[in-house]
Amino acid sequence: MSDNGGDRELMKGNHAMCLGAIRAGARAYYGYPITPQNEATEYMSFHMPKAGGTFIQAESEVAAINMVFGAAAAGVRAMTSSSSPGISLKQEGISYIATAELPCVVANIVRCGPGLGNIAPHQGDYFQGTRGGGHGDYRTITLAPASVQEMAQLTYSAFDLADEYRNPALILSDGVIGQMMEPVDLATIPAKDPPVKDWAVGPGQDKRPRNVHTTIYLDPEEMAEFHLKLIAKYDRIRREVNYFEEYMTDDAEILIVAYGTSSRVARTAIKRMRTANGPKVGLFRPISVWPFPARKLLEMCTNYKCILVLEMNWGQMVEDVRLVVGDKVPIHFAGKHGGLLFTPAEIVALANNLSADPLNPGSLWSIVR
Amino acid sequence: MEALADSKERCEQIVFDRPDALTSRGYTYCPGCGHGTIHRLVAELIDEFGLKDRTVGMASVGCSVFSYWFFDCDFISCAHGRAMANATGVKRAHPDAFVFTYQGDGDLASIGMAETIHAANRGELITVIFVNNAIYGMTGGQMAPTTLENMVTTTSPLGRDPLLVGHPIRVVEMLSLLEGVAFAARASVSSAKNTLKAKALMKKAFRAQLEKKGFGIIEILSNCNTNWNKSPIEANEWIDAEMVKVFPLGVYKDVFAGEKGKKDE
Repeated sequence: MSDNGGDRELMKGNHAMCLGAIRAGARAYYGYPITPQNEATEYMSFHMPKAGGTFIQAESEVAAINMVFGAAAAGVRAMTSSSSPGISLKQEGISYIATAELPCVVANIVRCGPGLGNIAPHQGDYFQGTRGGGHGDYRTITLAPASVQEMAQLTYSAFDLADEYRNPALILSDGVIGQMMEPVDLATIPAKDPPVKDWAVGPGQDKRPRNVHTTIYLDPEEMAEFHLKLIAKYDRIRREVNYFEEYMTDDAEILIVAYGTSSRVARTAIKRMRTANGPKVGLFRPISVWPFPARKLLEMCTNYKCILVLEMNWGQMVEDVRLVVGDKVPIHFAGKHGGLLFTPAEIVALANNLSADPLNPGSLWSIVR
Repeated sequence: MEALADSKERCEQIVFDRPDALTSRGYTYCPGCGHGTIHRLVAELIDEFGLKDRTVGMASVGCSVFSYWFFDCDFISCAHGRAMANATGVKRAHPDAFVFTYQGDGDLASIGMAETIHAANRGELITVIFVNNAIYGMTGGQMAPTTLENMVTTTSPLGRDPLLVGHPIRVVEMLSLLEGVAFAARASVSSAKNTLKAKALMKKAFRAQLEKKGFGIIEILSNCNTNWNKSPIEANEWIDAEMVKVFPLGVYKDVFAGEKGKKDE
C-alpha cells in the first residue's frame, strides 16, 4: 500500500474502516454493539454527526440493516457493521437490499462461531460472506483487508463498487485486523462527494418519474427476467472485480493461498524461510473473495508443486481454490480453530513437509474429504 | 376514456374523483375489504396537504404488500416487520420528505414489534397507518397478535386461548406511554361515519410529522371478510359489535389536544 510520506495516523482497524467510510462520503451509519467491532459503533456515534450524517444505535442488527436499506434507497451512502452472530441477523436485510439493487457497505469483523462462539478472530464466515449468506440467489462484492491501511482503503473503495454495481459490498475482516493499530496513509482516502442518484426516493417527484424499490415479483416469468438481469450483473462483476496480491510467487515451488489475518502470518513465515534458505514459498492473497480472483490463480497454479491453503476455519476458501485448480496441482489445507492464530513456525513446518513430499497425505485436500 | 373525459367536461362540478395520490391501477384487495377505503383516506390527505411530490411510502408484507401499485409516490417495499426501520433510514436522509408506513397487524405487532416500539420511542418523524383486522389476511387467516380471545383462525382452530398464547395486544394504548409519540389513536372504517372520524384522526397523525411533533400512529380497525368467513356487511357489523370491545376507538395520545381554533373531529 501507499507509503508516500503523506499524512499518516496511527489507528485501530475498526476506526480506520469508519474513517474510510466517512471520507468516501458515507452519511448514514446504523449499528448495534457486538464485540469485536464496538469501536466502529463508538467511532461513528461521534464522527458521523460531525460529518453531517446520521448515526443511530439501532434496537437490533435487523433494524440497523433495514435502516441502511431505507437510507440507501434514499440515495445516501449508508453503512452498518457487525460481527458474525450479528451478521447472521443482518442477512435478511442484505438479501432484500441486494434484490432491490441498492448500494451499501456492510462490514463483518468476524469472530469465532458457530453460535455465540467466542470473540477471538476467526475466518469461519467465508461462506456467509461469499455465497450471498441470506436467502435466494444473490451475491455481494466482498473485500478482505489484511491491514489497518486496507481497512480504510478497501472500505473507501467498497462504496464506489457498491454504487457502480448497485449492490451491497461487504468488508470481511476479523478481530485481529479490527483491533490492532497500524499507521494509515490518509492521502489514500481523500474526502469526496458521493454521486447523485436519480433512482433515489425522496422529495422532488414533480420533476421525475416516481421511484419504487421492491423485491417482490409474484409472476414467475417476471421473476425469471429479474434473475437474468441480476445474473448478468454478477457476471459483469466477476469479470471486472478481481483483486489479489502476490508475494514472492515468481520462483516459488509451493504456493500458499490465504486471505486476511492468515495471509499476514503466511507472509512472515515466507520471509523467514527465504532468509534461512528454506523452501521457496510464495503467497497468493485474494483481496476480493467474491468475486474470487479465479483467472489469475488458474493462470499461475501449474507453476507450483503444490498449493497450501491456510484458513482460520476448517476449510471454506479451499473449496474455491479447488474449484479453480481442480486436479492440476495437489491442494493441501491447514486450518486453525477456536479463534487461535497460526504461528509462523507452524507454517514453516508445513512448508518443510510439503517441500519434502508435495503429496504429503497429512494435509492433502481431496474432494471426498 | 374519451367519453369519460367528455362527461367530466360537461359536469359543472366534480364532487368525487380519484385522489391524485392514487394511481389508476385496480386494487388487489378482496371486495368489501377496508384497505381500499383506508388507501383513499391516506391519498386524500396527501393531496390536501400538498405532499404528493415529497411523500415516500413504506409497504409492508401482507395484503398491502403491493400498496406501491396504488399510491402514486415514491415507495419502498419492505421486509416483514421492518417498515419503520426503512422509514427511519429515509426520513433521516430526507427530513423534508413526508414518510409513512402502511402496515398490518402481523407486520407491525408481531414480527415488527421491536421496530415499532423503538421507532415510536425515538420519536421518529414518521406517520404510521396501522391496519388491524385481527388476523393474517394474505397468508390465509392465521392467528395474529391482535386476534380476539376465542376467535377461530386457521392456527387457533379451537379459538384463541389466552392461557396458551396470550391476549390480544393493544398497540396504540401501549405506544401512547412512550415519550416520542405525539399522536396515537384508534379508528374504524366499519361505517361511513366511522370513516369520516378516521380521516380526522389520520390528519393529526400526518400533522404530528409535518409539524415535527413526533411519532404519529393511527390504528384502524378494518374487516377481513374473507378470512372471517363473513359477508362484508356482517364483517363491519362484527367490528362495531365485538372488535371495539377489545380495541376501543378513541384518542390515546394527542399533542394537539386543547388547541384552539382547530376542530378535526
